Amino acid sequence: MNRIKQKLQEDKKILSIYFSAGYPNLDDTVKIIQDLEKSGVDLIEIGLPFSDPLADGPTIQESSSAALKNGMNTALLFEQLKDIRKTVSIPLILMGYFNPVLQYGVAAFCAKCEEIGIDGLILPDLPLDVYQREYEPIFKKHGLINIFLITPQTSDERIKAIDDASEGFIYMVSSASTTGAKQGFGAEQSDYFDRIANMKLSNPQIVGFGISNAETFEQATKKAKGAIIGSAFIKHLTANGVTSIGDFVKQIR
Amino acid sequence: MKSYHADERGYYGEFGGAFIPEMLYPNCEELRQNYLNIMEEPSFKKEFHQLLKDYVGRPTPLYFAKRLSEKYNTKIYLKREDLCHTGAHKVNNTIGQILMAKKLGKNRIIAETGAGQHGVATATVCALMGIQCVVYMGEIDIARQAPNVARMKMLGAEVRPATSGSKTLKDATNEAIRDWINNPVDTHYIIGSVVGPHPYPDMVARFQSVISEEIKNQLQEKEGRENPDFVIACVGGGSNAAGAYYHYLDTPEVGIIAVEAAGKGIDSGESAATSALGKIGIIHGSKTLLMQTQDGQITEPYSISAGLDYPGVGPMHAHLFASGRGEFISITDDDAMKAGLELCKLEGIIPAIESSHALAIFEDRKFNPDDVVVVNLSGRGDKDLQNYIDYFKL
Repeated sequence: MNRIKQKLQEDKKILSIYFSAGYPNLDDTVKIIQDLEKSGVDLIEIGLPFSDPLADGPTIQESSSAALKNGMNTALLFEQLKDIRKTVSIPLILMGYFNPVLQYGVAAFCAKCEEIGIDGLILPDLPLDVYQREYEPIFKKHGLINIFLITPQTSDERIKAIDDASEGFIYMVSSASTTGAKQGFGAEQSDYFDRIANMKLSNPQIVGFGISNAETFEQATKKAKGAIIGSAFIKHLTANGVTSIGDFVKQIR
Repeated sequence: MKSYHADERGYYGEFGGAFIPEMLYPNCEELRQNYLNIMEEPSFKKEFHQLLKDYVGRPTPLYFAKRLSEKYNTKIYLKREDLCHTGAHKVNNTIGQILMAKKLGKNRIIAETGAGQHGVATATVCALMGIQCVVYMGEIDIARQAPNVARMKMLGAEVRPATSGSKTLKDATNEAIRDWINNPVDTHYIIGSVVGPHPYPDMVARFQSVISEEIKNQLQEKEGRENPDFVIACVGGGSNAAGAYYHYLDTPEVGIIAVEAAGKGIDSGESAATSALGKIGIIHGSKTLLMQTQDGQITEPYSISAGLDYPGVGPMHAHLFASGRGEFISITDDDAMKAGLELCKLEGIIPAIESSHALAIFEDRKFNPDDVVVVNLSGRGDKDLQNYIDYFKL
């Protein structure tokens, strides 16, 4: 069974951490993954850096462009990850923009992911209809779960369509924003969290955007299955390097 | 019959579509569902055409350039978009989109700008309608385009520097898209070219199509025929070209010529000739030809003309190139500057450097003496005066 699905069956709230591959240093990728697993994180999203990350706020933009300056690219990331399954068993997701995947070749990219032991992909600018029309069989062939986003502005009808197309989980963007833009949750988020919970979707939801500490993690996971931290973790790496990843995770839960 | 217009999903052949994150889906979907109906409403049409006439100054003349024609031994007409209010064709689109925004009930406008022409055209229509306006502009462009920054401020717009990435047009576009993600309900994004996710390329092309509509009528009057043998335009993102080609796209007897900026030469590493240097990929929500690394990172183009240094090209143009319907020519900085000065001397018209690229093809691309050739003179050269001064040591 796919590691993501297996993890989601556990009776616990899921903590997922995002980081940009190649940041702060080009060769930190494997150490960050190993330390996150050791610290008790449930899921890891490895960010494939892109020159023009239009859904991201300044923190991830900067880590992404620093990673590119450090020399990160798709082929190198695959090379860094080639033995990752010898040391970790945590579910691994690659997250990035569609253009680098398209240039690598979608089929070749998916085959490489399977070979390494990647469990899923999040490609925010690969829309649902294009995925279904052109790429779904390739993802499935290589055992990759494609994870879709919903936002507070997504209509019920579209959420249902996304739920039908999903396996694993739905990435629930907490507010209308880019990553790292907003701190904390207000009434609008509570209403949205309630609305989604009441829809009784067949896939669990994991909340992303706006989660940075124990308080926001708890708020986000009251109704949802889990939550994702990205920008706050990258800020921690910027300030502390890769030496105290466990301390960061401990303050979340 | 094969069509070179967008299909229902916004594809031109294999190019176009809407490769957008879910955060942008509701905004684009609202626009997609409404834009054609709104553009067909009699009240919309009436107001649009009234403003084009009384405010922009349309129809712009189709001018027979006698001395230029004599020099190159063919019949050259100039479509005088340089005479539009604000100095270029850009305002055709911003008038259309501000009316669209009003119909959609939006009360805040955002835009991106490179050299500032589209920013000025957007700030202008926002002032006209009394709507709040935020223009994103690369930090580097703000420094080198001070007069246009001042114009936008005088017109009441807020100019926000884009400090990410290469700090130029593509980054200003990223920032505008991020703003739209953060303000999905009350804000309309006025994109300045035939780029971005569906329905933008088609919508902007339709607003600019007034250019070729007028050319048809004017040629009928002057030459007794609606169709020229060739229509020529410069292409950065490609909005003036889309407007000049629009009513001729599916008329195969009209030759379409697109002129890109070669910068310092196609192989110099400093160029913006997307058809020669680009590969298919995704930029700003559209599948099109774009300049990128082998790894799929978008690269920074170069041209002496700020209006042509976009790393992609609108999907309509990518399709015209790939299908062979369009003839693509690239022109260096030097040849464009020479052609700009030549138009000054021969016809008493100072063109924008963008438009000078289109004029520069006559040196090498020969036409028959009785060919009717229309060049879209997309903008005037006032904004480029400093560039001309520096280049020619005036």
